[in-house]
Amino acid sequence: MTDLRKDFPILQDRDYIYFDNAATSMRPVAVTDAMTRFNETVNSNPMRGLYEWSIKATDAYESARAKVAKFIGAKSAEEIIFTRNATESLNLIAYSYGRAFVEEGDEIVVSVSEHHSNILPWQMVAREKGAKLVWLECAPDGSYSDEELAKIGPRTKVVAIAQVSNVLGQPKDIKKIAALAHENGAVIVADGAQAAPHMAVNVQEMDADFYVFSGHKMLGPMGIGVCYGKKKLLEKMPPFLTGGEMIEYVTRESATYAEVPHKFEAGTVNASGAVGLAAAIDYLENVGFDFITKQEEKLTALLMDEMSRIPYVTVYGDKDPSKHCGIVTFNIEGCHPHDVSSILDADKVCIRAGHHCAQPLMQYMKVNATCRASLYFYNTEDEVFRFAKSLAKVREELGYGS
Amino acid sequence: MDLKQMYREIVNEHNLHPTHKYDLDTPTVVLRGVNPSCGDDITLQLKVEDGVITDGSYNGVGCAISQASADMMLDLVIGKETAEAERLMDIFNRMITGEVSEEELEDIDEAAALQDIAHMPARVKCAKLGWRTLGEILGQQE
Ligand SMILES: Cc1ncc(COP(=O)(O)O)c(C=O)c1O
Repeated sequence: MTDLRKDFPILQDRDYIYFDNAATSMRPVAVTDAMTRFNETVNSNPMRGLYEWSIKATDAYESARAKVAKFIGAKSAEEIIFTRNATESLNLIAYSYGRAFVEEGDEIVVSVSEHHSNILPWQMVAREKGAKLVWLECAPDGSYSDEELAKIGPRTKVVAIAQVSNVLGQPKDIKKIAALAHENGAVIVADGAQAAPHMAVNVQEMDADFYVFSGHKMLGPMGIGVCYGKKKLLEKMPPFLTGGEMIEYVTRESATYAEVPHKFEAGTVNASGAVGLAAAIDYLENVGFDFITKQEEKLTALLMDEMSRIPYVTVYGDKDPSKHCGIVTFNIEGCHPHDVSSILDADKVCIRAGHHCAQPLMQYMKVNATCRASLYFYNTEDEVFRFAKSLAKVREELGYGS
Repeated sequence: MDLKQMYREIVNEHNLHPTHKYDLDTPTVVLRGVNPSCGDDITLQLKVEDGVITDGSYNGVGCAISQASADMMLDLVIGKETAEAERLMDIFNRMITGEVSEEELEDIDEAAALQDIAHMPARVKCAKLGWRTLGEILGQQE
């Protein structure tokens, strides 16, 4: 394998150690070049024009959709709705499917390790419909036992669960949870924001009804996300946003809507973002998830090993590095995570500190906040060693005797 | 002053060995101040008599900057009239927004060491927590 790192201009500054990949990833030149090419050669409003550029822009946008469909193993490109990000995708599902099909007395099952983006939309639906939120509680390693999953029952209408937690990693068996949901007549909304960047996904294989992710966490640009839905569900759902581009016919009083997926893409779309995402997918597939996983596991194992040698450091989640998907959440005794990240920042080490948009999980873990180092395949062993060296000095910098 | 220096020279001392972190026996006013997003959570306790802050303390949890800033604030305002405390608070707030003179900075003594927090947007609310809570108390007194 050639040096992949040279594909990432921002990573040429070797002074910085970027360990906040779960927040957003870096973009290779291939992605920014593809977007520039779109802007410099075919930019025009896709769907609206009857001229060559617009047709080419439409083609670029639609072939990005087809690429995404293939990337996650969807049956057809019509099942792919482009959104701004995973959050918007989850809101689309809650506002459209949730409000139309969840009724009073129904249950919506959410896991305690969800990102706020997969909690708040369901709180809204539950409040509005008089439905009940049922919480799945995880083990300290972030896994969910069969007893917990048995909370999915005959009253369940929606199961909202992340494939990979942005705090603990710990990939879940979506196929198994989907089967439980389906046995009970519910749909499963799988949040793939932290999974799609790290592993091959097949939505048909796992039988997910909905699957969402963000482009920016998997080498793509910010502002483009994906909402996959089974066609038979998307067809019976009302639109989320209304306006231009999503109609068939409009009179003064009413409108008929366009076919899926366009019904869910109101207004001018983010075509160059979609093109960038398609280039990111090409890049990832070229590198290969086998290599990506191997590299991440090697780095995560090294990182956890280095951290285990530093006194006063607690790492959360599974002992097995391969269950972390590159995410290592930790605390240093006596040190607030914000102070830790500030000290590391002074050494040009970028990590996340705080509640990671997962406050119910923080409350459940009985911590106010945590630090999180998250790796991607382009990180290096040298960075891990330098990170560990900085981390080992944090307590001293915060005034504790060494 | 670079960040590590700020911690080393000022913040750590006030965080690890605070002067005013305990519960007052007979406060006249008690107010809790919270930064929900980072979990900084203090309870400011003051004894205000005839317009003078005759005693004060705080208790709580949070990052070193939030705790140290509250401790330094109490160093400054105990024994002062409430109007003077408000003047110091105004100087502190303007220091964070970068609209303060050198002479004014001298009036807030050690707290001026937090000046560079202005460049760290995520930490500003930590530094301000004590002062913000004080401001709410003083606002109620009027
Ligand atoms: C598990 C998970 N879900 C959803 C999101 C939201 O992603 P975005 O902010 O791109 O909408 C994130 C990102 O932090 C995440 O980690």
